[in-house]
Formats: sequence, structure tokens, C-alpha cells
Amino acid sequence: MPQIIEKKILAPRTNYFRLAAPLIAGHAQPGQFVVIRVEEGGERIPITIADIDTGEGSITLIIQEAGKTTERMGLLRTGDEIRDVLGPLGMPSEVGDFGTVALLGGGFGIAAIHLLAKALRKHKNYIISIIAARTKELLIMEDEMRRVSDELRVKSDDGSAGTKGLVIEPLDEMLKTGRHIDRVMAVGPIPMMRAVSELTRPYGVKTIVSLNPVMVDGTGMCGGCRVEIGGDTKFACVDGPEFDAHLVNFDEFIKRNQMYKEYEKLSAETCRLATAADALASAQVK
Amino acid sequence: MEVKDRLKIQRHKIPERDPVQRAECFEEVALGFDEKLAVGEAQRCLQCKKPVCMDGCPVAIDILKFIRQVTEGDFAGAARTIRATNSLPAICGRVCPQESQCEKTCVLAKKGLPVAVGALERFVSDYDQRYGLTDGMTPGLPTGKNIAVVGSGPAGLTAAGHLVLAGHGVTVFEAFHEPGGVLIYGIPEFRLPKIIVRQEVSKLANLGVEFALNTLVGRTISVDELLKDGYSAAFLAPGAGVPAFMDIPGENLCGVYSANEFLTRVNLMKAFRFPEHDTPVYCGKHVAVIGGGNTAMDAARTALRLGPEKVYIIYRRSELEMPARREEIHHAKEEGIQFMTLTAPIAYRPNPRGWVGEMECIRMELSEPDASGRRRPVPIEGSNVVIPVDTVVVAIGAKINNLLVHTTPGLQTDRRGNLIVDKATQMTTRPGIYAGGDIASGEATVIAAMGQGRAAAKAICEYVK
Ligand SMILES: Cc1cc2nc3c(=O)[nH]c(=O)nc-3n(C[C@H](O)[C@H](O)[C@H](O)COP(=O)(O)OP(=O)(O)OC[C@H]3O[C@@H](n4cnc5c(N)ncnc54)[C@H](O)[C@@H]3O)c2cc1C
Ligand code: FES
Repeated sequence: MPQIIEKKILAPRTNYFRLAAPLIAGHAQPGQFVVIRVEEGGERIPITIADIDTGEGSITLIIQEAGKTTERMGLLRTGDEIRDVLGPLGMPSEVGDFGTVALLGGGFGIAAIHLLAKALRKHKNYIISIIAARTKELLIMEDEMRRVSDELRVKSDDGSAGTKGLVIEPLDEMLKTGRHIDRVMAVGPIPMMRAVSELTRPYGVKTIVSLNPVMVDGTGMCGGCRVEIGGDTKFACVDGPEFDAHLVNFDEFIKRNQMYKEYEKLSAETCRLATAADALASAQVK
Repeated sequence: MEVKDRLKIQRHKIPERDPVQRAECFEEVALGFDEKLAVGEAQRCLQCKKPVCMDGCPVAIDILKFIRQVTEGDFAGAARTIRATNSLPAICGRVCPQESQCEKTCVLAKKGLPVAVGALERFVSDYDQRYGLTDGMTPGLPTGKNIAVVGSGPAGLTAAGHLVLAGHGVTVFEAFHEPGGVLIYGIPEFRLPKIIVRQEVSKLANLGVEFALNTLVGRTISVDELLKDGYSAAFLAPGAGVPAFMDIPGENLCGVYSANEFLTRVNLMKAFRFPEHDTPVYCGKHVAVIGGGNTAMDAARTALRLGPEKVYIIYRRSELEMPARREEIHHAKEEGIQFMTLTAPIAYRPNPRGWVGEMECIRMELSEPDASGRRRPVPIEGSNVVIPVDTVVVAIGAKINNLLVHTTPGLQTDRRGNLIVDKATQMTTRPGIYAGGDIASGEATVIAAMGQGRAAAKAICEYVK
């Protein structure tokens, strides 16, 4: 069971974990992910690999608490072990001499574009990064992003970090003013990825998004992760997770991603009740 | 006992849980023989001079001998006889298609009903497990050689067992967090209790087999790295892998599952115990399962236990052509599953919430036999029907996952994507790399996978000498 070498809280409900996982670290490339299961009876969920340290034999995961499994993860501390970690899974990001690349990261998606930016810097690329969060408090990895970018723009909903506005606004402006961009890569919440896709479509700029559908095995065995790309069905866990944004059927993707919303609420609720009951029980023991 | 007396004995029916009661629970359906029924059934065996039943067994169990031992009450002897060639008998006794193997070739089959070889095998193995009759197997003298086994389904487990008994160090690499392959994630609890699979796995672990779980060979580590890392040979048994879909409109709507996903959620992830277990499964009021194999029967019967009003099996040929075991078809009907044969879906359409709400089907008729020897279904024009459904499970078979082929240079596949192997040794097109189970034979059976695991283990022992 992989041990947590270091856990930090990056922002409220956003946690950083560096895990000792030498085999995964030795084989992982930007764009790939792992499937984790925190405890017996737990769900299997995909998490993007946010950093790779082959020297230390570790990988980094940045996990936003959004449901039962991610909340359970949030309770783990440095030195704890994670029950199951499978990876690296999926196809690596395409990396090459692209020219001017705009990387857009929203929320925990910033971690993914950070790793990609590091890889792109080893090639001939000019990197414009645009990162955003709702507030300054929620913004992660600003300094790290500055170090790997030729230009960095920061946006927040309330203007507490960078300037007020949406992550796509700077890109919109650049495209409108005729700035040449060879490739766009966006990782973040689905509405953001969709908005970026719609924005670049008329300009014909190649745009890549990283899709995170519901998964079970992560190895191509169940088909639960299927997404429609250019009219064909693909399995995101083996054919993706990165796809040409302009070919993604976002309507279908959004629908499928909400399939278990009701269940998730129920699960998280039971979890909170159980935690409360645990707390009560241990209080009584004392 | 005289032959004519033996012939007078009626075939003993294996006791089963009541269909109404069992349709609501995941407890095992067949209850198994007790000692008296077992001995009684064993006495029906004529102890033929030429036991043709054994020709029907892919792992050549000495059926004649073990049944004689049962009539003598020597259950421990019977267990040893079976274990000599079959390392997972409690599993085979439950899931083998005996009606097309040993019980098909049994001479009594021609005159009426064959000896219930499967039920007897199951009885002996359960008795063995209960009283620990064949415990105390010991690994062979260490050879100092290590063998890598990829995949922990029946092929991988069988090979691992034979290799460890021959004295080799064995590591089984498995992508999932639990070993067992289809036995764990596919075949449901009510047909094969998971405790039986876990017992077999722990027997192997006790013999010294290492299980490296959460390891996807080809991604976490490559076959070539394993061979460089101190493994002298590798046996690849990753199963069939990728679920097939029909590629018809609406197949990606919410509520449409592959059988693999539906069964994995329920069996491996225990969705039937949600929210106590975290993984959910959606099962609506009207469930349609597409297909006619064991997987389709398992999916339909699993769905039934999640409490819908109606469960249909939709199959494009007639019941006669269904590849599922007869017993499973019979069980499914008994439990109330409705069969719509000679029917094929052509489109799924959403309800107002955007989930699958109905399916359009077309009726079929059978024409000339095709390459598989089964009569080919052709659509009857204008016969379309619309059926309201809110859950669909597609169980039309699997394709090969080509991860290992892509990441291991030198492996060759046939037209259908199966690995090409030597029939006798199971060696692939690369020396030192062997393969067996569904990856080599296409979708087949547990026992065929085991037979190939055993053949490969033998050949590997020779190869590393
Ligand atoms: C629902 C269902 C019901 C069935 N019912 C019956 C029945 O009643 N009777 C019968 O005889 N047959 C039945 N079958 C068929 C039978 O289960 C298969 O033929 C048999 O399990 C094949 O065994 P295998 O060892 O080749 O692979 P599998 O059992 O498929 O096991 C392969 C294992 O390898 C793992 N794996 C895959 N790739 C990798 C990799 N790269 N690295 C590490 N691990 C990997 C997988 O996770 C899996 O655990 C059924 C099949 C299904 C799906
Ligand atoms: S998650 Fe099961 S196939 Fe992709």
C-alpha cells in the first residue's frame, strides 16, 4: 500500500499528497492518471497525476474534496497509507514543438497544466498560462505556475487574485486581437472546458481537454467511461483522458457525469452520519 | 450392485433454493448434495470399461475413479483424485457447462439422464473444504526460478498453482484490487459464492504464491521489464477484456450499461449493499438485458435481485441457439425473467430527463446457418416494436484488450485479435512468453482457461529447466 510521504492542505478542501509509488513514478508521463480506493468497501475513483519525481519514486495527487471518497482522502495524513493505487493509466499528453501554447487551468486542474507546462518547456514552446479560482484563498500553485510559464494571467470571480473575471477572458481577448496561438489545452471543471472549446472553435485553434468521466476499473474493461468523440464511442480511460475538444459531445458527457449525483449525495450523507456517530461513540468512551 | 439395479436409480436433483425466495437475495441458488444424495447419485455410474465421460473433460479428471470413491464413502480419496488434475474443483463443480462436456458423453445420457458429475464434483470439493481433507499440499523443492503470471482469473490461478507445486517462485500480477478475474467481478455470488474463490486464492498464497495487486502489466511495469527483473518466463492470462457494444443510436444514454460494468459494480464493488458500500448501481423498474450467453443470464438474474418490476432477456436468435448453460436459462425463467427471443434492439431513446426511456426493437427470423453453425437471424421488415425500459445491460460479448500486445514487442495476434499460441505448449510467438485463457482462445469457459493454464505451466517447467 503506497504511503503518503507528505500531505498538505493547499486551499480549503484542496489537498496535496505525495505518495511513495516507485513503479508508477518510473512509468508515468504527463496527462496520465491513477485509480484509487481509500478503504475496504470504498469506491474506485480516477485522479490525475499532478507531479512525478522519479528520483524519490513518488507521484503527487491534488485532490479536491467533492464527495465521500475525496473527503475520506482528506482525513489521511502524512505517514498514512492509501489502500489501492493503480496506474499510470490512460494515454500520455502529446508533447512536442508546438509554438505558442495557451494552458488554461481551473481549480485543481491547475496541477495538471503545471506538469504539462514543465514537459512543454523541454521543447520549443512559448507558454501562456491562464489560471483561475473563485477566490484568492482557493487559488493553488500560482508561484509554481509563474516559474514554468513565459506569461501568466490570473483570474478570480471576486478579483481577490489577479483580475476579476473568468479564466477564458484573457484567451478571448488574445484571439480577438489576432494574437497567434498554435494550441490550447484546458483542464478544469466541465463548463470551463466546454467554454474554452466553444471559444476556440471559430478560430480553428487545436484545443485539447482532459475528460474525467465516472470510471470503475480504469483499464478498458467496463466501458462506463465511454464518451462520444467525433461521432465515435471512445473509452476515456484507455483512449483518453485527453481529447480534441472540438470533437467532444459535451451534452452527452455532462449527462453521463451526473448519472450518480443522487447516489453521491446519499453516500456522502451516510458517511457524515457515520463520522458523527464515530465521534459520538469515542466521546462516550472517554 | 448389479448394472440393472444401478439403472433403476433415478437421477438425483440437486436441492435448490425456492425461486420466489431466491429472486430477492444473493444467496447461492444450488444448495448441493448431502452425503446420502451423493452416494446415491454416484451409484448410478456404471463404471464403464471405456469411461467416455472422461473424453468430455478438458482437464481429464479421473471421473470413473472419483465416483467409485464416493460410492465407497472415501470422500478424501475422491477429493485427491479430482485435485490431481483440477486445481479449482469447487469452482468448476458450480460453473462448468457439464451438459456439453462430461455429462454429454456419459453413456447414460443416451438412455436418458447422465450421472450428475458436476454436482458430485461440487459435493466432493465442498466436503474437502469443510473438513480440510486435502490440506497439507506442499510446494516442490525450490528451483530458484521465478515465473511471472499476468492476470488472476482461472487461467492465471491454475498456472500459478502448478508452478508453485513444481518449486518455482511465482508472482501473480493483477490489475484489480482483488484476485479472481471473472470469478470475482463477473460471475455473481448466487452462482459462485466469493468465499470459494477467496479460499482458493488463500490456498495458493499459503503455498507461497505472491499476489501483486493494483498492477497493470503494460502500464505499471512491462512484460520485458519483468523478464529482465529476474523472472525466467511469463504466462499471460489477462482475459478478454473489452466489452462489445452494438453501435446503435442511444447506446451512451444514462442507464445503459455493459454487462461488465453492471456486474462489476454489483459483484466486486458490492453495489447491492449501497450506501454501506460506496459504489452505486442504477437499476430501474424495467430492465432489458441484450444477449443470450452466460453473461446475459447473470446480468438479468443480478438485476432481478435489485428489485425491478420486469426483467427481459432480448436475444436475436431463438432459445435453442442461446450459448448460455441450459441450467442458467432454466433458473432465469424460474425466477421470472421474460425471454424475448428473435428480437434485436435497433435504437434507444431518452425519457424527458435524458435517461434511457424506451428501446425500439425489430423482430427476427432465422435463415441459413452461418460460419458459427448457428442459423443466421435476419430482420423482418416492418416488425418494429417499442418497449419501455429504464435500464439496459448490453451483454453481447467481449473483445480483446490489446494493451499487452502493444507493449510487448514480438507478440502476434490472429484476425480476431487473440494471441497466437502453440496448441500444445501455449507458447506465444515469443519464446519464454506463454498465454492462455480468453486472451488466447477468445471468450470461452473457466475450464478451458484452466486447461490452458495447466498446459502452459507444464511447458514453462520444461522451458526453464
Ligand atoms: C458474467 C460471466 C459469466 C460467465 N459464466 C461462465 C460459466 O458459467 N461457466 C464457464 O465455464 N465460463 C463462464 N464465463 C467465461 C469465463 O469466466 C471465462 O472464460 C474465464 O474467466 C476466462 O479466464 P481467464 O483466466 O482467461 O481470464 P479472466 O477471468 O478474465 O481474468 C483475467 C484477469 O486478468 C486481469 N488483467 C487483465 N489485464 C491485465 C494486465 N495487463 N495486468 C494485470 N492484470 C490484468 C483482469 O483484471 C482479470 O482479473 C463467464 C464469463 C462472464 C463474463
Ligand atoms: S473505466 Fe472501465 S473501461 Fe474505462
